Amino acid sequence: MSQSFALVTPDPIDPARLLGDTLSPDDGAALLFWGVVRNQNDGRPVRNLEYSAYAEMAEREMRRIADEAREQFGTGAIRVIHRTGKLAIGQASVAIAVASPHRAEAYEASRYVIEQLKQRVPVWKREGYVDGDSEWVPGFTPAVREMA
Amino acid sequence: MIVRTLFFALYRDMAGADELALELPAGARVADLVGRLRSSGGLSRMPESPVVAVNMDYAPLATELRDGDEVAFIPPVAGG
Repeated sequence: MSQSFALVTPDPIDPARLLGDTLSPDDGAALLFWGVVRNQNDGRPVRNLEYSAYAEMAEREMRRIADEAREQFGTGAIRVIHRTGKLAIGQASVAIAVASPHRAEAYEASRYVIEQLKQRVPVWKREGYVDGDSEWVPGFTPAVREMA
Repeated sequence: MIVRTLFFALYRDMAGADELALELPAGARVADLVGRLRSSGGLSRMPESPVVAVNMDYAPLATELRDGDEVAFIPPVAGG
């Protein structure tokens, strides 16, 4: 199985399966980052979030980020899954599993993957508020390297 | 040449469409395509220098386009 895996899916994420798929006999630990929809943003009550993605590019970019993290921190396998569609409070929108022979590297790699994901993976969310209104959530402008 | 343009999230709302096929003169760059899209309709509200991906890689506005390229307009991202 490939060491870096990324998926954009409308289906719910199964955390036990994700962890199991990530671990190998070389690993001494696995970390799961479980990002969920919360009930408010900047004090405004939220009812749901609707995620959309440029799925093919998002998968490519998440796989690249996983490769970078594995190379930089020397972990084992990394698997990243991002949901699309309408999610209710408490449902997972993103999951990152990092397997590693040692725990310190796993923590660093997990942090790296979620921070990079937020800055450059083409995914968007529309927040639906309790008052019936909805808005695109302001995000990060990905860095574009200029041509040499 | 013909390029396929894709719009997401806020830009999709502005464009009123997910995608458009556009004919451009040979040698056209991303900046020319942006100028053309911003010249009329809802996309006139798109920034002057939007983030763009050509064939799924982020690309500068000076990138020269080729027939069949897929050009995606990427508003600020908000995954996680």
